[in-house]
Amino acid sequence: MIYWQLFYEFFKTGLFAVGGGLATLPFLYGISDKTGWFTHGQLADMVAISESTPGPIGVNMATYVGFTTGGIPGAVIATLGLITPSILVILIIAGFLKAFRDNRYVQYVFYGLRPASTGLIAAAGFSIAVISLFQMDLFRQTGSWLDLFSWKGILLAAVIYFLIKKFPKVHPAAFIGLSAVAGVAFRFAGV
Amino acid sequence: MKELWDLFVTFARIGGLTFGGGYAMLPILQREVVERRKWATEEELMDYYAIGQCTPGVIAVNTATFIGQRLRGVVGGVVATLGVVFPSLIIITLIAAFIQNFSDMAVVKNAFAGVRVCVCVLVFNAVVKLWKKSVTDKRSLMIFLLVFLLSVFTSVSPLIFVLLSGAAGVLLKVWEGRRKE
Repeated sequence: MIYWQLFYEFFKTGLFAVGGGLATLPFLYGISDKTGWFTHGQLADMVAISESTPGPIGVNMATYVGFTTGGIPGAVIATLGLITPSILVILIIAGFLKAFRDNRYVQYVFYGLRPASTGLIAAAGFSIAVISLFQMDLFRQTGSWLDLFSWKGILLAAVIYFLIKKFPKVHPAAFIGLSAVAGVAFRFAGV
Repeated sequence: MKELWDLFVTFARIGGLTFGGGYAMLPILQREVVERRKWATEEELMDYYAIGQCTPGVIAVNTATFIGQRLRGVVGGVVATLGVVFPSLIIITLIAAFIQNFSDMAVVKNAFAGVRVCVCVLVFNAVVKLWKKSVTDKRSLMIFLLVFLLSVFTSVSPLIFVLLSGAAGVLLKVWEGRRKE
């Protein structure tokens, strides 16, 4: 029964992949080796598609694998398999948190966790900035400092930052849409 | 019912506007959940993110379950989570069914190169807001800097940072209490 197997494999992925979407990747390679539902090359395509569509990457991957192996029911079942363990674990933790929120030691733990959480998010932002505002590969090839920066990217970032500060009430989606248009108009990927 | 529907729609919108993984969701979450609906505070968002780092599963899903559960119990948790995955399910299925080589198309590549620039500005802006709430003294500044630099320059798992900084929080506070006595 392919649907049951899909649910089971993605349930396991959801249960053991700790730390966000890309952490599911090693598990997906494992599924590929074990079942032959998709090749490693297809998996690389799926990563590219997940990264160029909205939505959490882990969920996109589950939907894509599910669809290619079992059509629309497969897509739904693989996705449900992936999210079921998270829902169960978080519901348990949320219940626990409700009971112990005011405990002194729980407060202490969060005192340490919050700056760490901010640090992790800042690091993730930094890695996106390196990809989108700098051209490390080109710089390594030419060694010219002018090639280190992606001037189009930096200019767009400056414009967006100015707009966000000037119009703080505007929904972030508007800026995302605007940047997509700018990306196409000025060929940000160079193709 | 109305509230559950609101949860579903809000989280579906968040899922549909998240480009590039869980962290990119933060600016949208701040806008929709903290500022617009007031379903959670900035501090709570940070807690959910930290917990999401050391529990299994996708961070976006974990955060949705947390907020849904807080508002409407178990049913709320499930509804918010289904909401956050709903757009992916539709969009990915459509792409898988109808578009060959989607991620190789020039228009898609260019658009997403533009979107990535926007996401890094949005994340930067989100981090500034969180910074004000989380980096409150020298010790929390130390934790922030250590975690930021180590995650940029090493490949240590975020799980380790979360566990260590939670322990550091307890030790620092207990030590502070001892010194005052």
